[in-house]
Amino acid sequence: MNGIGRFAASAATYGFLGLMAFLSIFPFIWMVLGATNSSIDIIKGKLLPGAAFATNVGNFFTLVNVPLVFWNSAKIAILATVLTLAVSSLAGYGFEMFRSRGRERVYRAMLLTLMIPFAALMIPLFVIMGKAGLINTHIAVVLPSIGSAFVIFYFRQSTKAFPSELRDAAKVDGLKEWQIFLFIYVPVMRSTYAAAFVIVFMTAWNNYLWPLIVLQTNETKTITLVISSLASAYYPDYGVVMVGTILATLPTLAVFFFMQRQFVQGMLGSVK
Amino acid sequence: MALVRRAGIGRYYDVNGWLFVAPALGLIALFMIYPIAWSLWMSFQSGRGMTMKFAGFANIVRLWNDPVFIKALTNTMTYFVVQVPIMILLALILASLLNNPRLVGRGLFRTAIFLPCVSSLVAYSVLFKGMFATDGIVNSTLQAIGLVASPIPWLTHPFWAKVLVILAITWRWTGYNMIFYLAALQNIDKSIYEVARIDGVPAWARFTHLTIPLLKPVILFTTIISTIGTLQLFDEVYNLTEGKGGPSNATLTLSLYIYNLTFRFMPNLGYAATVSYVIVVLVALLAFVQFFAARERDR
Repeated sequence: MNGIGRFAASAATYGFLGLMAFLSIFPFIWMVLGATNSSIDIIKGKLLPGAAFATNVGNFFTLVNVPLVFWNSAKIAILATVLTLAVSSLAGYGFEMFRSRGRERVYRAMLLTLMIPFAALMIPLFVIMGKAGLINTHIAVVLPSIGSAFVIFYFRQSTKAFPSELRDAAKVDGLKEWQIFLFIYVPVMRSTYAAAFVIVFMTAWNNYLWPLIVLQTNETKTITLVISSLASAYYPDYGVVMVGTILATLPTLAVFFFMQRQFVQGMLGSVK
Repeated sequence: MALVRRAGIGRYYDVNGWLFVAPALGLIALFMIYPIAWSLWMSFQSGRGMTMKFAGFANIVRLWNDPVFIKALTNTMTYFVVQVPIMILLALILASLLNNPRLVGRGLFRTAIFLPCVSSLVAYSVLFKGMFATDGIVNSTLQAIGLVASPIPWLTHPFWAKVLVILAITWRWTGYNMIFYLAALQNIDKSIYEVARIDGVPAWARFTHLTIPLLKPVILFTTIISTIGTLQLFDEVYNLTEGKGGPSNATLTLSLYIYNLTFRFMPNLGYAATVSYVIVVLVALLAFVQFFAARERDR
């Protein structure tokens, strides 16, 4: 290729990547700008910072019981994450460490549940929760997600890298199986836990359909549900909605930037 | 030696193994297996609310005569057929461009394109709804650069509403798929590309004859994941259309229809369960076809 051709090709590459990067980031910029503008200006597509930020924040805090809504979201996300990691890492470890023909069959059958669409579960789940008297509770939101085939799979894959000498040595020292798991496996695998934490936390924080079904009063609703109902009002106040989306995105954005490596690692966990 | 060891404490091992996996399996049985079986049972029942009686195949017959279901099915399949290939191809192109170690600002591009994955489905749907308002930023930009003469009715025209849904999902998920391809490309021996380059194989041919075949397992994996995701599409459509799937059901998906049948209209759980099994069957069928297609070409 001659010099001009090469220059044109690399200009096209940078142009294309630049455009894609811009389109990817733009909605975030627009969200931040939107929070400073009035609803009318947002809908008219104003692209400059406005002076309505304080008003929007004020309106958001009057319309929404922010501490409560945040507490609800955080409670669900943290509870779901801790329980999922505990139960599913235990199972991933169990499947990899104690192999038997029967367990392999169960494992394969379990992986098939990854294909079950949630839409096919939500009606029976709703009836189950109703019978258990758990409708409108946070525990009902968390319960169905704890036994996660995906997280079990991820932990089993990662456990293949766990040095079995450590386990043998611990056994010689007289540790019981649960002690080996708790005092040796968990600390050694902390980066696996970190990656799984990021994924499970994000999923739980952003979860929508199931909480929408189960949580029915304003006292139990999460930030995601609140934004959704603010935005579907007949005349939504977009300035207020923008403040809400920023607040809902900040925690996940923070997790992403502080734990970017674990984040990517967690996403890739399944293809190793 | 190993055999002896195994025979000696095999049983002990076994009990421990089952204990470790028991809590997870119990929860999966209770919240996945039991509901999915129950939902199959429900799909043969009919009635209002919780009073149901056995109805045989009446619900399946009803599917064929239900124009709203046909609409939801067509829409869902349209999203799947149009959106998944576009997104996978775009993600592949982006990944192979970003895999070039001489590219300046590689990390920056990668982070930027990946960033949409951080946003919640609800938050970005709400943002898109505002951006694509009739007088909104997208239309005014398109008009300013002269691409369109009058504003596009994104949210009120059946065709454009579908386009908006497809644009939105593509924005949210392309970077996610790209990360899988980038990771897989990192494992490919760079010298293959060097040899091809020296032999004068043009960039496009390197992409179609090297990158795509080498990434086939990952492409299969992401295609199945995207298929499952697209067939269950709910959050985006719900939040772009105030829960209605409008205009006039033009964006309605199967999941949204199930939701409406269960929680918005007079609840008919049996029929809703039947519709949900359509998704189950579609996911299983499409995953099987994709798996089979990827295998066949190996020979």
